[in-house]
Parts: sequence; structure tokens; C-alpha cells
Amino acid sequence: MSWGYTINRARDIDMDRNDMTISKLILEKIPSLQGCIACGACVATCSTGALTKYSLRKVHTLVRRGEYSGLLDELNKCMLCGKCQLVCPRGINTRAVISLIKRELGDHR
Amino acid sequence: MARNNSWQEYQKDIADDKYFYVRSCIRQNFFPGSERVFLNILRNDLGLDVKEEAIHTSCTGIGYHSDIVPLETIMAVVARQFALMTEAGYENFISSCITSFGIYTEILETWHEFPETEERAREDLYKATGRVFNKPKNLAHTSDIIFHHREKIAQKAKFRLINSKTGEPLKVVDHIGCHYAKLFPKKGVGGSEFPYVIAGMVDSWGGDIIDYPERRHCCGFGFRNYLVKANRGSSVANSQKKFESMAPYKPDLIVGNCPGCSMFLDKWQYTIHEIEGVAYGENNRGIPTLTYEEMAGLVLGYNPWDMGMQMHQIDVEPLLDKMGVNYDPAEKYLGVNGEYIGRPEDASINTNCY
Repeated sequence: MSWGYTINRARDIDMDRNDMTISKLILEKIPSLQGCIACGACVATCSTGALTKYSLRKVHTLVRRGEYSGLLDELNKCMLCGKCQLVCPRGINTRAVISLIKRELGDHR
Repeated sequence: MARNNSWQEYQKDIADDKYFYVRSCIRQNFFPGSERVFLNILRNDLGLDVKEEAIHTSCTGIGYHSDIVPLETIMAVVARQFALMTEAGYENFISSCITSFGIYTEILETWHEFPETEERAREDLYKATGRVFNKPKNLAHTSDIIFHHREKIAQKAKFRLINSKTGEPLKVVDHIGCHYAKLFPKKGVGGSEFPYVIAGMVDSWGGDIIDYPERRHCCGFGFRNYLVKANRGSSVANSQKKFESMAPYKPDLIVGNCPGCSMFLDKWQYTIHEIEGVAYGENNRGIPTLTYEEMAGLVLGYNPWDMGMQMHQIDVEPLLDKMGVNYDPAEKYLGVNGEYIGRPEDASINTNCY
């Protein structure tokens, strides 16, 4: 039967349903990530971000919420140049964070 | 003490008797017996005076909220309803619809804040019809009236909201509707934060109210959300959010306060089941959805088929069996004069054969 519409998914963030396993594991391995203030300096300086919509701040936010869909493709845009690490005011090892997230999401290259 | 004082702020004055009654436009289509049951309860069971005028019209609220009816027009229409009340010699105005209740409340508040708009409405009404009106002394929704007399109904109860087999209270989900108390919280019993108008009935009649997380969430009616077909995916998603939130509590029934909400909470269960194969009641079936008049009618021992409960999308028989209500399955599809009105095809949500 055609209804002429489908049921829209709610855009709310349901932390009870999201799988926080990888998120917790990343925080355990890189505790300094707790100190991120989401200032966006990493995005502002990002060479990839200048040419694409890649945003480490967005990736980080989604990972912390337990929302991993499509993140591996996003992270594969990163050239691991490390400029984000140089400008991070909290001194977070962002290259290690990116590599760890990729590994936990299944990229073992 | 402080808590009691605070709770007083969430109460409203409800008249004891002598009501002027106006109906809903839409609910007789899908809950056809509710308004008649309301009048029967008040007139015959409680011995109260309720006046109804056949010449009253729609409040035009649906058109107003859909940006079709202008504010000046709806004010003149509301003024005419009040004029009918005044001509009949009544002062307590009661509305059978939450949308209308919100409209009447909004317009009375507008007239209070901007008296020139009241003068304009009076002038428009007089020029169009020659009528004049007094503003109601007391304005209430019909659920307020049932709430007000709930203990008298409890004294006459033939059935209670209790599982007759286990003796456990039935678990009831209430939904009071956005326009009942979100527009003007002080005009609703319990305001929008602590909805008590239906919960009070359920408490008095033996059931347990479920305070589930999305209890105060909109059903999704939203007028334009629903009237435009392309937006209905958003509309149904709101009801689905509520169903998903209430399902873990295993409710025995849903009771709606508002015509549109009751319709959607009943019929969207069918839609969701047809589209996604998901149901939220026992045995992968729907959750029976009642109006508060139907709930009061069952408590008072009214025949469910006389109340039009065969028109529900979700079958009510599982609830009737739990309450121990006697009913004749053969009467379900008989009309007023005992004439067979036809049996619709079974919906999968009622037969669990998806």
C-alpha cells in the first residue's frame, strides 16, 4: 500500500540507544580528549577542511555521542599532517585520536 | 504546606451545574458515541442541567490554525457561540474539543488584554446577526466537568479500572493535548507540567497512571503537520515517539483528552503497523485508545457498542475482557435499530497476523 509519505525519523539524540563502547574505549586510551573544549581551532587550521567538509570537531562530537555512521569515510580524508595538534590549546594528541578512532571503527591499514 | 500551596496554583474553578454545551466538529466521525455518552452521564446519571443549541457552529479553530480563517472572523464566530449561550440564559460554557477550548481561552484572553478587539467582535457580530452576548462566567473543557464530578461517578461505578482476573489496577496512559494547557497553563487542571485532568479520573476509578518520559509530547496533529499529506511523516513520527516511550510500561489503555489526539493515538498505531510492522501493545497488537467519556461510560456500565466503540481502529475487546465488562460480540456491528451495518476487514494490528 502506498501511503504517500513515510515515517520521519526523529532527529533527537537518544543516548540510551547509542552504542557508547567505542567512545568509552577511546577516552580510556586517550584521557586528554576529555579536555577538549570544542573551540574548533583544529578545524580552522585543517588543510583537508579547507578543501572539503571534513571537520574533526564534528567527528569528535559524533564519536562522543556514540554515533559512528559514515565516520570512517570522513576520517579517511585526513592527511595526518598534524597541524590540528600544533594549534590545539589543550595539547590533545589529535593525530593519535584520529588513528585510534579509525582503528576502532575497523580500519586496520 | 508549601507543596499544597503550590499545587493550588494548578487548580481551576469549574462550575457545578448549568452548562451550555458546544460540540467538536470532527470527533463524531471516529468516536461517535462520546458526546452522547457525556450528555447522558451529566443529565441522567448525575442529574445536571446541560443545554445544547442545534444552531451552534464550528469554532473554525482548524481553519484558524491552518491560516485560512482570519482572527477577526473567528472572534465573530466565537462571539456568536457566546450569544447563543446568553440567549439561552446560561453562564457556564463547556466545549467538547481541546482545539475549541484553546480558541475560546485565547480569545477571552485577547479580549482581556486588548479590549478594543472585543468591541470590534461585538460590532461585527451585531452587524452580521443582530446578536449581543455576555462573556461566560466560567469556561471549561468537558473533561474538566467529568473530572469535577469524578467522585460522584465513582460512587455509581459498576466497573472499576481494575483487572478483574488479577485484581491489579489497569495501567493507563493519559494524553491531555497541547491546546488544553500548553497555551494557557493556568486554564488546565495541573497545568501542562502536571497533567491531572484525566489522571484524577483514573485515580478515582481505581487505575494507575503511567508517568512515562514522553507523556507531555505532542501527538503530532499540529494542523498543518497533518493537513498537508507530505508532512504526515512528521506527524506520525511524533505519535511513534510517544508509543515507543510508553510501550516498556505495558499500558492497558490510552485515554485521550483531545479529539485529534485520540484519533491519532488510535489510528496511527494501525498506520505504523502497516508501514513498519511494529505494534506497541500486548501480543504484538495495538493498545486500546479511549476518550475520557468512553472510559467514564465503561465505569458506569454503559454498553460499549452503544458508545460506538466498534468504530475504534484498535479493538477494545482485550480491555473489556480485563475490566470484566459484559458485551455481546454479535452486537458489535449492529446499528441503532439492530440492523447489520457491515463488518470491515480485520486489520493486521488487531489480528496479529502481519
